[in-house]
Parts: sequence; C-alpha cells; structure tokens
Amino acid sequence: MARTTPAPERGRPFGERFRRSLLPVFTALVVAYLSLPILVMILFGFNDIQGRFNFAWQGFTLEHWGNVFSRFPALNQALINSLTVAVVATTVATILGTLIGLALTRYEFRGRGPLNLLIFLPIATPEIVLGASLLALFVSVAAPLGMATIIIAHIMFNISFVVVTVRARIAGFDRHLEEAAMDLGADEWTTFRKVTLPLIFPGIMAAALLAFALSIDDFVITQFTAGAQTLTFPLWVYGASRIGVPPQVNVMGTIIFLVALVGIVLWLYLQRRDVTARPTSLNE
Amino acid sequence: MLGWLRHHKGVVPYLFLLPGGLWLIVFFVLPLLTTASVALQEGSLASGYRLTFNFGIFPEAIGRWDTQLLRSLQYGLIVTVLAMLIGYPMAYTIAFRGGRYKNILLLLVILPFFTSFIIRTISWKFILADQGFILGTLKEIGILDQGFRLLATPIAVISGITYNFLPFVVLPLYVALERIDPRLIEAATDLYASRFQAFLRVTLPLSISGVFAASLLSFIPAVGDYLNAELLGSRNETMIGNVIQRLFLVNRDYPEAAALSLILMAGILVSIFFYSRLLRGQELTI
Repeated sequence: MARTTPAPERGRPFGERFRRSLLPVFTALVVAYLSLPILVMILFGFNDIQGRFNFAWQGFTLEHWGNVFSRFPALNQALINSLTVAVVATTVATILGTLIGLALTRYEFRGRGPLNLLIFLPIATPEIVLGASLLALFVSVAAPLGMATIIIAHIMFNISFVVVTVRARIAGFDRHLEEAAMDLGADEWTTFRKVTLPLIFPGIMAAALLAFALSIDDFVITQFTAGAQTLTFPLWVYGASRIGVPPQVNVMGTIIFLVALVGIVLWLYLQRRDVTARPTSLNE
Repeated sequence: MLGWLRHHKGVVPYLFLLPGGLWLIVFFVLPLLTTASVALQEGSLASGYRLTFNFGIFPEAIGRWDTQLLRSLQYGLIVTVLAMLIGYPMAYTIAFRGGRYKNILLLLVILPFFTSFIIRTISWKFILADQGFILGTLKEIGILDQGFRLLATPIAVISGITYNFLPFVVLPLYVALERIDPRLIEAATDLYASRFQAFLRVTLPLSISGVFAASLLSFIPAVGDYLNAELLGSRNETMIGNVIQRLFLVNRDYPEAAALSLILMAGILVSIFFYSRLLRGQELTI
C-alpha cells in the first residue's frame, strides 16, 4: 500500500509535479469521455420536445417520466422480452458453463485441447458471424424465429464467457480444503455442497452478472435470430431510431442504468462484507 | 447412480462437459457448417437452393466487396491502436496510482455497459449532430464553419467504435498490470534504467498478455461491427458487417452473405494467429 500513498506535494519542483499529474488528468478526461453519452441520455429524457426529433434542447419537462410505461405499450413488451431472455439465458448458461469450468479445473481427461478451442472460438468470432450462421441453421431446418431462437442464441454466446470467468476463480482455489472435508468424513456430495460451492460462488455470481449484462444488451445476434415478430428493447430502440427516438427511451435507459448501478454497488458492498465475515460463515 | 459413478470416476468430467459442450456443438459448430454449405449452394429463395459446391463464390464475393473488407480491416486496426493508446495509460494509472479509488475507477470504466450499446451509439449521434449542442454552439460563435460536420464521416464511425469497445481494452490491461510487482520496476530504476527504459523493458513485457487479450477484444468486435457505421456513418463508411447484414436480412442472398461471413471469420482467425506469433506465442486461450 505504501507505494500508493502520495508523497507530500510541497517541496517537489514544478516539473515533477506537472509530470505526476499527467496520468490522473488523462484518466479523468477518459472518464469524462466514457460518461458523456450517458449524461446526454439522462439529460435528453427531460427534453420538452416539440416535434419528433430529440436532438436539440428545447426546455425542461418531467412529462416523459410520467408516461414512460404508458406511452408505447410495444416498448414495454420489448423490455419484458429482453428481461425474460436475459433471465432464462443467464440461468442456463451459468449452469452449463460452471459445469464445464469444474470439469476443466478439477479433472484429468482426454480432449482438453479441442474443448479449449470449442470454448475460445465463440469469443473470437464476431457477433455478426455467430448471428448469421445461427440464422442459416434456423432457416435450413425451418425453425420458427422468436423468443425460443433468441434464448438459444444467447445461451450459446454466454457459455464461453461463463467458463472463462468461473475457471479463473476455481484455478486459484485451495484443493486442501476439500481434502480436509473428506478426511473429516464428508462424502463427495456434501464436500461439494458445503465446501466447494460456497468457495466458488462469488465466481459463479460474477459470471452470471456478466452473462446477464451481455444478454440484456445484445443487439447483433438478437437481430439475426429474432425474426420479424419479436422485439427486444435494443431492437425496438433501433427500429425507432430510423424515425426519431422518443424521449421515453432515454427515460427507460436512465431507469435501467440506475437499477444496474445500484445493483452493482450493493453487490460490491455485500462482497466486501462477505470477505470480513467469512470465518463465521464457514461454521453454518 | 452415485455408487456406479464412484467406480467409474473417469466418466464424471464427461458428464459435466456434456450439456454445455453439446450446446456449443449444436448451436455454434453446426451453424458454421450450415453456413459453409449455404455458401456453396446456388439458386434463389423462389426456386430453392441446390448444393453445387460453387467455390467460385469466395473470390467473387471478395472481388465484389473488397472496398468494404479492406475498410473494415483498416477501421479495426485504427480502433485497436486508438483504444490501446487511450486504454493503456488509463489501466496503468488505475493499477499503480489508483490507491483506494481503484474500485470506483473500475466502476467508472464499466459504467457505459449499464446503458445499452444502441442507446450509447444514438447518444453519440446526438453529440456529433451537425446542429447538436456541441457543433451547433461552436458554429454559432463562429469557431467552426457552417459546413463543418462530423456525422457521416470516418471520424464519427471510428470514434463511435472506439468508445463502445474501450472498456474491453481497459479491463484486461488492468488485470495484467495489477499483477506486476512494483518492486521489479523499482529494481530497474535502481539499476539506472530511466523511467522510460524501465517501462519499455519491464512493465510492457510483463503486461503483454493483457495487451494481447485487449487487442483481440477490441479488434474482433470492431471489424465485425455494423451499428456504428449505420448510425454514425454514410454510404462511404459502409463496413463488411453492413453488407452481410443487408444481404442476409434484406436481400436474402444467403449464399453470398454466408460466404462473406466465412471470409470475415477466416480473416480474423488468420490475423489472431499471426498476431499471437508476433507477441511471441501467446496462448490461444483467453
């Protein structure tokens, strides 16, 4: 920690102080660059627009916050679709990915090389190729496009990310703890439930969060696998962008943003508490 | 069942792998094979398709869309270099100078992920609009010429893509830099390396795995992107993703779209291969 404590600024020559402030200033500028579109999104949710176009600031109103869930019923449905897809795809992908992660880190078996390739390739393939080839498959077997095909696609692209995240967590895990449990008479299933699972649980949660975020925001693969009838939130917004995005989209985006922000801050806080509370939680 | 498994332990890992592995085979490998077979078919939606092993489609497609292919490659490289130039100093600052603000800074880096990709890109459209609040104001007070525009230029498209994939660059770089023991850098400067030499000979080589992962995570999505070009660009910024999307979803020219998808994927895999050789044999796993 000592290295991060800043030395007293007084007494340093100006050139040195200037050089040391370059990186923090640069970082602050990048943070501003990253936040600018978010601020614009939030701000233009309060714009009192006259016509269809929400480009120039025309005055402050809370009107769009009042009717955000009543103005466009199709937008509500799209949001519900997005949430449904994300919840189902996250659950399935997290289970399937965690199982693969466990197999890769805890067992010796043949075919590890091809398996690693099978997990790496979907990450290395651009989304448009994943979406286009799934569409080619669905068209060739005449599968009806809709919620089911979107969910299938989302599970597919999430599995690899879950494996990578969970594997990183299990790799740094002390196998002696399991051996100790077995020595004390626990059978394999009890050991897994009482020792292994609690220890790798933060990794599984992180993987699930990542999968959920990737799924709810996905545009490219969803556009290819949704067909003409089903819309998710990003697809609705995309369709609206051709004629002018209504400010209700900004409001909904702001709500999603705030929910995600509060969720992640809460999660970080709980995790921090979890670390300090670990010795007692093992006694349960 | 459990008793049987206890005597056949070798089966257990395969049971764990089966559901996920099968999912990837059916919904990733099989679609790619289907794409390959579609690319080699001839015909139309109305008359039906027949597999004719028309390998000529590949050179034909490359010839017809060479501008867009090259442009995608070029934009992808520019975006990767830009994202690295912006992301590396930032990851470095968070890792070595972040102190107790580390977590807050990382949260700020992933903040854009909390809004959707499409809303972020539409926000950029607001920001860069000809008469938007930035360019409009600058034009009003006479700093910029009335005819000046950013929207519908390569600058808009490249900055949009860079923006969207920047967090993917910062995070792996941060992970790699965070692992470096700062005493190694101190040792280098104690042995009379200048700060710059210490960076070049110690920090950078030790973070090369992060550089590799970060460049893949920006190059791959950047090359295949079509949303930024569509929303922020004009016809002169069309990328290969736009072509594939239009051929697949609008024109329904499946064979040519499938061929272009495979060309794009092959191009990316070949680039990754040579890039990993260049960085002295980085593992092909992330």
